[in-house]
Amino acid sequence: MSERNISITLKVWRQKDADSAGAFETYRMESVSTSSSFLEMLDLLNEQLIEEDKDPIAFDHDCREGICGMCSLVINGIPHGKNKLQTTCQLHMRSFRDGDTITIEPYRSKPFPVTRDLVVDRTPMDTIMQAGGYVTQRIGAAQDANALPISKELADKAMDAAACIGCGACVAVCPNASAMLFTSAKVSQLNMLPQGKPEKDRRALRMVGAMDAAGFGNCTNIGECEAACPKGISLDFIARMNRDYAVASVKQFLGMVGSV
Amino acid sequence: MALSGLVLVGFVCGHMLGNLQMFLHSDWINEYAYKLQHLPYGLLWVVRTVMLIAVVAHVITAVMLVLENHRARPEKYVARDTLQASFASRTMRYTGFILFFFIIFHLMHFTIQNVHPEFKDLEVRLEGVSGSHGSLESRTIWGVYDKLSAHGEFPESEALAVHDVYSMVAIGFSPTYWYVSVFYIISMGLLCYHLMHGISSMFQSLGLRNAIWRVRLDRIALVISLVVFVGFASIPVACLTGLIEPITPLVAVH
Repeated sequence: MSERNISITLKVWRQKDADSAGAFETYRMESVSTSSSFLEMLDLLNEQLIEEDKDPIAFDHDCREGICGMCSLVINGIPHGKNKLQTTCQLHMRSFRDGDTITIEPYRSKPFPVTRDLVVDRTPMDTIMQAGGYVTQRIGAAQDANALPISKELADKAMDAAACIGCGACVAVCPNASAMLFTSAKVSQLNMLPQGKPEKDRRALRMVGAMDAAGFGNCTNIGECEAACPKGISLDFIARMNRDYAVASVKQFLGMVGSV
Repeated sequence: MALSGLVLVGFVCGHMLGNLQMFLHSDWINEYAYKLQHLPYGLLWVVRTVMLIAVVAHVITAVMLVLENHRARPEKYVARDTLQASFASRTMRYTGFILFFFIIFHLMHFTIQNVHPEFKDLEVRLEGVSGSHGSLESRTIWGVYDKLSAHGEFPESEALAVHDVYSMVAIGFSPTYWYVSVFYIISMGLLCYHLMHGISSMFQSLGLRNAIWRVRLDRIALVISLVVFVGFASIPVACLTGLIEPITPLVAVH
């Protein structure tokens, strides 16, 4: 696609800090290159704001190549924008038309409070990981991995789950602000593999427990998370986690799982 | 939600099969109704209690779900958009809400019968075979005719008189009360949507599906929903169009 320049209007959520009330500010940007990424466009806007002696817009970003999970932003109602399998940093201005008005909001959910402008605190996802997103026992050095045969199908599936970059788009897009897709990817990635199996039950119970305690909503199987996920994490992992959790709950009821 | 839904879906399917006997000789549904009303060991009330518990559990979990999910996103998005969410999945709470009132009306209509108290007086004598209408030339599978006729003077026996459910339904959905039929048909359309998402969702929540079964279960859910819609809606349609007509006239009461 040939490079062009477009003019756009941005409606951006501005909020001084977690305790202040926020509001939308409208900015006009002339001749933005369609080859610039969405974040580069925001960088340009910030330079413009700094020149005007105004506060630049705070937004999260890091690797800018779609693997770190740091960038967020809800663009026209969809986290990471409407393109499939893309993070915000991979979204380019060629996806917009001349004259477009683009609304940029922070992720909205109770567990992710806005700390400033478009930046939200995603600590609850770390809390979920700390509850069981690891393998406790020694699993040996690199060569020991080869000593444990794992089927291709299983390895592929575990890898698909492990593709989650923990960006939180699933929570942001979910009409219920549920973190089931994230949690299920993290639970499944370990529960499927022999190294993670011994702690399967307690992992499911603990991570789901941490997720519920953080105040995320409940899954109603609408599937928006899967569609918005920049890594294409499948809804099937949620079914798998539901199964692991149900089995673990029954085992716990029967006294077969120690205190978690 | 999923477990109570499973019970309710099971009931809905059975209920629909029972109802479809309206398209057979009137003895079929009348004997069926008699059989249900005279189940041994108070089984009727056992089933009714189970259904009540399932409905109450379904409603309570639904309300909790809505409240908790509302709490999880106190501040809504200004720009709203969806990627793939189906109409059915987004309207579960609304279809469910309307269906709740449908169930109450439906019970008042045909079970408690306080919408039309004169329904209680509808009686008909079982004929034992299909005579005037219906194509089936054999007895029904319910055996009520044989049981009742054994007690009295066959075939004139008073004992053969049973509640005329066939006429009750035919009158309830007759063109005189066309708005009732319309309400039923619309409600069944909503039920169809509710099940379309509900049935596939049920398997997801219980963890009983994977990548391959997801597609299959979604299709099964679609088929069941459509069959349930057509099965249920066909009866008011048949009554409205005169395909099914009451065999006992309604006596205006007291």
